[in-house]
Amino acid sequence: MKPRQKRALFIIVGIAAVGLAVGLVLNALKDNVSLYFTPTQVYNKEAPQNRNFRIGGLVEAGSVKREKDGLTVHFMITDLKRSLPVVYKGILPDLFKEGKGVVAQGKMEADGQMHVSEVLAKHDENYMPPEAKDALKRAAAPQVVAPVAK
Amino acid sequence: MIPELGHFSLIIALFLGMILGVLPILGAARNNSVLMGVARPLAYGQFVFVSLAFSALAYAFLANDFSVLYVAEHSNSHLPGQYRFAAIWGGHEGSLLLWALFLSVWTAAVAIFSRHLPEEMVARVLGVMGLISVGFIMFMLFTSSPFTRLLPAAADGQDLNPLLQDPGLVIHPPMLYMGYVGFSVAYAFAISALLGGKLDATWARWSRPWTTVAWVFMTIGIMLGSGWAYYELGWGGWWFWDPVENASFMPWLLGTALIHSLAVTEKRGAFKSWTVLLAIGAFSLSLLGTFLVRSGVLTSVHSFAADPKRGIFILSFLVLVIGASLLLFAWRAPKVGLGGKFDILSRESLLLSNNVLLSVASASVFIGTLYPLFMDALGYGKLSVGPPYFEAVFVPLMIPMVFMMGLGPLARWKKMSVPDLARRVQWGFASALVLALILPLSMGRFLSLESNKFSAMVVLGLLMAFWIIASLVISLKQRWSGQGTFMARVRRQSMSYYGMQAAHLGMAIFIIGVTLVKGYETERDVRMNVGDTVMAGGFEFRFKGVTQTAGPNYTASTGHVLVYQDGRSLGELLPEKRQYNASGMPMTDASIQPGVFRDLYVSLGEPISESDGAWAVRVYIKPFVDWIWAGCLLMGLGGILAVSDRRYRIHKKAVLATAPQSSIHI
Repeated sequence: MKPRQKRALFIIVGIAAVGLAVGLVLNALKDNVSLYFTPTQVYNKEAPQNRNFRIGGLVEAGSVKREKDGLTVHFMITDLKRSLPVVYKGILPDLFKEGKGVVAQGKMEADGQMHVSEVLAKHDENYMPPEAKDALKRAAAPQVVAPVAK
Repeated sequence: MIPELGHFSLIIALFLGMILGVLPILGAARNNSVLMGVARPLAYGQFVFVSLAFSALAYAFLANDFSVLYVAEHSNSHLPGQYRFAAIWGGHEGSLLLWALFLSVWTAAVAIFSRHLPEEMVARVLGVMGLISVGFIMFMLFTSSPFTRLLPAAADGQDLNPLLQDPGLVIHPPMLYMGYVGFSVAYAFAISALLGGKLDATWARWSRPWTTVAWVFMTIGIMLGSGWAYYELGWGGWWFWDPVENASFMPWLLGTALIHSLAVTEKRGAFKSWTVLLAIGAFSLSLLGTFLVRSGVLTSVHSFAADPKRGIFILSFLVLVIGASLLLFAWRAPKVGLGGKFDILSRESLLLSNNVLLSVASASVFIGTLYPLFMDALGYGKLSVGPPYFEAVFVPLMIPMVFMMGLGPLARWKKMSVPDLARRVQWGFASALVLALILPLSMGRFLSLESNKFSAMVVLGLLMAFWIIASLVISLKQRWSGQGTFMARVRRQSMSYYGMQAAHLGMAIFIIGVTLVKGYETERDVRMNVGDTVMAGGFEFRFKGVTQTAGPNYTASTGHVLVYQDGRSLGELLPEKRQYNASGMPMTDASIQPGVFRDLYVSLGEPISESDGAWAVRVYIKPFVDWIWAGCLLMGLGGILAVSDRRYRIHKKAVLATAPQSSIHI
């Protein structure tokens, strides 16, 4: 092979590799980005139906109920305007508490409840997950509900 | 008084850094040896004053001086001594001070161990490091001083986050920071080479051991963080693709590319520009990582709105470092040249491909980590990128990388024919494939699992690991053949060769761990009454109930779980649920019985019923999970072996003879 051809081959291989990587990234991003919604938005049917999304808010006081198996937990996530029923099976994080901030990830099901696979409460006692704080802020001042994640 | 002295020392260190950043570089440009000569004393002086500042903060912590805001926010009088010390780097301000301390340590180390380097090289390297220190210390003094007073003083501190009250977290951040900051040496060498316009094999040889040492620190640091997440978070995971973890992983990936690229630059004079770019990239990502983790920008972009000064400073600092480096690169790189030529199939081309893959992997982690941040900052709303993204991108990139990782050490420099290489590896590849297909058949019984799963991912993972090992065996067989006794033949190979192979073997061990724990782990979340048993794998866990215990600064509910296998007792596990007194924060402390082939892992969820003492309990069997960290350790050990290579020491001995002359001006 002549040097020029060799260089061309290197460049082609390089571009192909980068192209492949970009494809991988875009494809993976498309499937694995979960948008975040507030209970009011879910109530207004703005959340997607067959797709995972995230919800933020407070665990409504007095709403936590356990099923007999001890692991299936029902509770409401609220932005103090609307509340959304949530079902979760598994062990809740240390900082999960009624009246405290929470972020959960899951899907709306036909039973009208959000079935979540992940409950996050990664914050300290006086601090709120930013998503939960944001939900409360938006619910309190509806006119500020400007750009909604689409 | 002491905190003010610390603050004052920091100001002096800033001025020393300013002089260090200007005079020696000027001296190198004008060939003025008086100006260049001030570099070393200034480096030592800066080390002394940053150490003083750090000691002042340490004193404030150990003496429970809650009139210092940072101490009041991160410590408590009941906090055990070792955690009071570790609390120094428990928050943003103290972490920066630790960073600055390590930067001055590395700078002083370069000043000490650079006697064999040309004077203007030393002057430039120390000068560049001085400039970096100026940026950091200014950031601290203007936006985040750890010495700010709290008046009136708090009666007691708010306590260190319980998650951080752990031996792993005492050493994890310093290790990681040594790695982060260590890349500043590689960066400083690269910038000096650009400034001097001389970038050759000797430059690579000087730069290599420093880069490798930094990489070792980083490897061990990340390993400790992963191990900590495993036993401390109570979820049994060892890597979460959390932004905080990614922040350290990105520079590690580029750093790994850099040490390989440096090897080519030293041996063949090739990849010069690429090596310089990698050094700039690795250090820039280290800076980004430091800022991302501690500044709070990851939890919310809006945390900057509260204190815009910090955000603006960080952004300008990053832009300045990256922008100035790239400008310098664009200006000087043509002078540096591209270096040696090589063929499509050669060790160079394989290393280059792996370099590209590692860089692309780093970029993909970068995108996944910062994408939500950009979207939020641009007002597109909040979103999150989950672990599946990273796995979907990462695994396809790593498969070809590992394949070439096996070929690389066997390929010849410059030129190699496909049939030749294929003939050398065919048996190795075939046996790796056969083993990878056979082993999963008996793995289920070996690990005493209920089911005998056979998955394509397990076969693929094992194939990759065995392929690396096969390549290692082939390479050793070739290298150890020839004349002389066996020991003589073993000794003939260089330490850097053994270092490389040890690190590659570490990678294989790591892959085995990841593959088997992913493929065969058993996880059970169950409700357990007192006296209940649960089967997980072939193991029986019996819950004996919970007792109350008291720690130095917490109270705990301790679960008592007996483990049996085939009726034989394997001992008792004691998972805890702690409640920290000062902060009121709960914490899960898992109990683990480690083993070479499996870990038994139990952690307490929450009490379900007060009346009969039932708890939600998490029971895991984690096969081969410790191999993950053993692999990382072996990688680190490989780095240490490589640095101990004779060719770095020979220089030092040769220098000893001339040392008296060059040490006169100290």
